[in-house]
Amino acid sequence: MSKEHDQGMSVIVKTITRLTVGLIMLYGIYILSHGHVSPGGGFAGGVIIALSFVHLMLAYGKDVALQKLPKGATSFFESMGAIIFLGIALLGFTGGYFFLNFIGKGEPFHLFSAGIIPLANIAISLKVGAGLFAIFVALVLLKYDTDDQEKTK
Amino acid sequence: MSEVYILLIFMIMGAIIAIEVKDLLSSVVAVGAVGLALSMTFLILKAPDVAITQLVVELLALIILIRATLKRDLPFSTSGRWYLNTIITFAFIAVFIVVGILSFRDLPEFGYPMMRVASTYLKEGLQQTGATNLVASVILDYRAFDTLGEATILFTAVIGVLAVVRRVGRKKVDEEIDDEE
Amino acid sequence: MSVYLLCFILFSLGIYCILRKRNIIKIIVGVIIAEYAVNLFFVLVAYRYEGRSPIYSPDQQIVNMVDALPQAVVLTAIVIGLATTALLVALAIRIYEKYGTFDITKIRELQG
Repeated sequence: MSKEHDQGMSVIVKTITRLTVGLIMLYGIYILSHGHVSPGGGFAGGVIIALSFVHLMLAYGKDVALQKLPKGATSFFESMGAIIFLGIALLGFTGGYFFLNFIGKGEPFHLFSAGIIPLANIAISLKVGAGLFAIFVALVLLKYDTDDQEKTK
Repeated sequence: MSEVYILLIFMIMGAIIAIEVKDLLSSVVAVGAVGLALSMTFLILKAPDVAITQLVVELLALIILIRATLKRDLPFSTSGRWYLNTIITFAFIAVFIVVGILSFRDLPEFGYPMMRVASTYLKEGLQQTGATNLVASVILDYRAFDTLGEATILFTAVIGVLAVVRRVGRKKVDEEIDDEE
Repeated sequence: MSVYLLCFILFSLGIYCILRKRNIIKIIVGVIIAEYAVNLFFVLVAYRYEGRSPIYSPDQQIVNMVDALPQAVVLTAIVIGLATTALLVALAIRIYEKYGTFDITKIRELQG
């Protein structure tokens, strides 16, 4: 029990985090996937998914959070988001020009409609979410190194 | 539109508090209050996409700012040449505001925008793209190049932060000094 | 027109904070406030009298919507502002590590 309690916050915060982190990520996926029907879209959904991981890191300390999403996986997801977005853009060449909306339109107000817009939303959210989480991890690790150096001096 | 006026005055008061308070944590909390009022203003001005994005992005910016500056505020005092600097700054800002007021006459009146390009997007958006959220259809179908540029900017920012934070050079300097001794 | 004037006052408060403060964290707060003012100005220009948000609804006929183009531009600009703020904070932490202070006048004195 002492190993769990020297990092992160108190027991109340850890219990509430365990209950709500999954709901925050589910809410982010909902806002992301309904981006072409209701307000929201790729940017807000990606940032909410990154916020769920940041919540985990703030409540439990950096070791538990980096075990759930290691640094190599974060950089992989960010690069994958950029490559998928560029791939969708280049596939527009099959129809005529760059960024052409080549998938069928479908009916409005359905989830599978509006061509490439839902796929582009997913790619953008991967990039934004993974990028912002990488920035947060880098700044937190830098602060831990600085505090350790100050303590050993 | 009196709600917009009330929220704007609240934002100005919050900004003055954020600038003048000596304690760093209090000024960061005041910036958070300004951002929350801004999100409510966006909702009143009928822009729900922008309101959701502003709320969550401001939350992340506050977390990064507080996490980086905790336990590190230092007291400091202002040195000489204070009067001259303040007078020059106020003169500059006064000139700025006067020129801004003169240029407001060319803007269309508040509430009657001239929508030359956007009227096409609003009329034919549903039929040409099939998306019922017209703002999403603008950023991902009509103006998708700008979104590609924004993805590049985010990538560059992540590379920049990781390059500033790295520690490769320092260890080599320490090792060389130990070898010489 | 006075709405634009209040927005302009908010922007010039941010500029005053960038110019006159000595603590790096206060300068970052000034940059954030100036960005908020610019985004607000864009959405203010786009407002239409008695308009509705640019999203269709399945059971109503909507004839007048607010301008959708500046809202798309502001959506991107908000996320770019966050990236700029994160880079500024990383630089501020690095400066604190090397010089031991956040005061910008003392950074000039300690050379090397």
